[in-house]
Amino acid sequence: MALQGLDLEVNEGEFFGLLGPNGAGKTTCIGIMTTRVRATSGTAIVAGADVRTEDVAVRQRIGVVPQRPNPDRSLNVRENLVFHAAYFGIPRETASARAVELLEQLGIGDRGESKVDQLSGGQQQRLMIARALIHEPRILFLDEPTVGLDPQARHALWDILRDQHSRGRTIVMTTHYMEEADRLCERVAIVDHGRLLTLGTTAALKAEAPGGTLVELTLDGAAAAVAEAVRSAPGVLRAEAAGNVLRVFSERGGEVIEPLLRAAQTHGRAVQNIHLSPPSLETLFISLTGRKLD
Amino acid sequence: MTDVATVPDRASVGRIFRALLLRDIYVARRELPYFLVRTTLQPLMFIVVFGALLPRMGFVRANYGSALLPGVLAVGLAFSSVQSVALPMVQDFGWTREIEDRLLAPVPMQLIVIEKVVVGIVQGLIAALFILPVARLIMGPIPALSVSNFGLVLLVTLLSASAFSTLGLLMGTAISPQQIGLMFSVIVAPMIFFGCAYYPWQALAVAPVIKYAVLINPLVYVAEGMRAVLTPDLPHMPLAAVMLALIAITALFWTLGFRSFTKRAIS
Repeated sequence: MALQGLDLEVNEGEFFGLLGPNGAGKTTCIGIMTTRVRATSGTAIVAGADVRTEDVAVRQRIGVVPQRPNPDRSLNVRENLVFHAAYFGIPRETASARAVELLEQLGIGDRGESKVDQLSGGQQQRLMIARALIHEPRILFLDEPTVGLDPQARHALWDILRDQHSRGRTIVMTTHYMEEADRLCERVAIVDHGRLLTLGTTAALKAEAPGGTLVELTLDGAAAAVAEAVRSAPGVLRAEAAGNVLRVFSERGGEVIEPLLRAAQTHGRAVQNIHLSPPSLETLFISLTGRKLD
Repeated sequence: MTDVATVPDRASVGRIFRALLLRDIYVARRELPYFLVRTTLQPLMFIVVFGALLPRMGFVRANYGSALLPGVLAVGLAFSSVQSVALPMVQDFGWTREIEDRLLAPVPMQLIVIEKVVVGIVQGLIAALFILPVARLIMGPIPALSVSNFGLVLLVTLLSASAFSTLGLLMGTAISPQQIGLMFSVIVAPMIFFGCAYYPWQALAVAPVIKYAVLINPLVYVAEGMRAVLTPDLPHMPLAAVMLALIAITALFWTLGFRSFTKRAIS
């Protein structure tokens, strides 16, 4: 996935989110910042070091949680942590003590001697977080850390990340879940097709969303003519068609539904479905890209 | 703004290298019995049949064992080095890319790759150390065998193990996991049969085309090198030529192997 002019700056101690649909270039972006993907052009400075010329220094200062858990399957849970710490030059005793502490903190304190394959998906993801933290990195990178987790495991992971953030750790996370970005991140960059669409605090971004509620009507045919007709109707801020779907942003929320239904009828279209979304990062994303996140 | 304090100095690079090495030794140690079976069963069977049974039956001359032993040792050494590097690499770069936790270590990638090669060399040495005494036990006294040049034996062994560890690096990274089985039957088997393991190179004078064609086979230099240092009174290639060839082969496979590793490790 190519990135084009993706200019970002993340502050120390910040919880930063990269939000975008699958294939938006988020993983490439994390890969470049963690020195695992070589950028063909441009620069990226991570914790004061250039990813291209000072890759060793970058790796010294970061912890990485991959999208798919990739533990060392030849080692057990505790060994995964102690050896990883050793790859950072941390003495065994220090690492062992820290491993116990981290596993406890992440709620898998009793799994230290387990084989990695005996862990559930959520537990493996926690092991990945423990591994990323064992060498006390300044920045923690997480690539879609909650994909494939059940809701309970996801909420537990959110608590862990909030806790890390409150301890002053800088966190950069990618996600394609709006809710996740909204709940955790201080600032969010919305990316799609390798480009930065918008950037700001979650509150500012929500304010940026084209005011009001998003009303979506699924019709039994092309919605273009209906969109044209309702554009100037009272209470309608914006109206557009995406195939059979009519999208209207309205200040009055549900009140516009009746005129919309009438307009559809006038153009010989039947309404198959109606969906209302309050202003959110989701509605902002739809207004920016004309499509949904997942 | 570069925070120099967190950049590892040379001492900790050494420490990290040791940690990488410890990990592989720790994992390999658990598999030592399987490792020995995998790498030495075939050479040992060869010794039983060609070094002990056939001479007694009178099908080969009694001194065939002297020509055979260095070659068998060469095969055991070479292929334990190749396998020790190539096979774990398949898992490392497999579905979940387990090597990722080492690729995130704050050291230049060369160090990670050198460590893999060193592990291959160590395992080649272990295989050789295991095969030699067992072979001697099975075959009985070998008149021409001399280990008086221990330094040279060690040097040839190290160079041979380096050549085949770097070959393992190339094979493990350049060949897809699905084809790793094919690799052994298509590359390894011909290499053994045309590797001068079971006959000295000079004896190939009976078939001049083959004699010069086999020179592209790295195993030839390992086998001839073993002959030069273990049975120096029997026909063998000049030791200096063998060493030069092994150094050149190591350099070539290292260059190709490292390039191939980098391609797999960084996208």
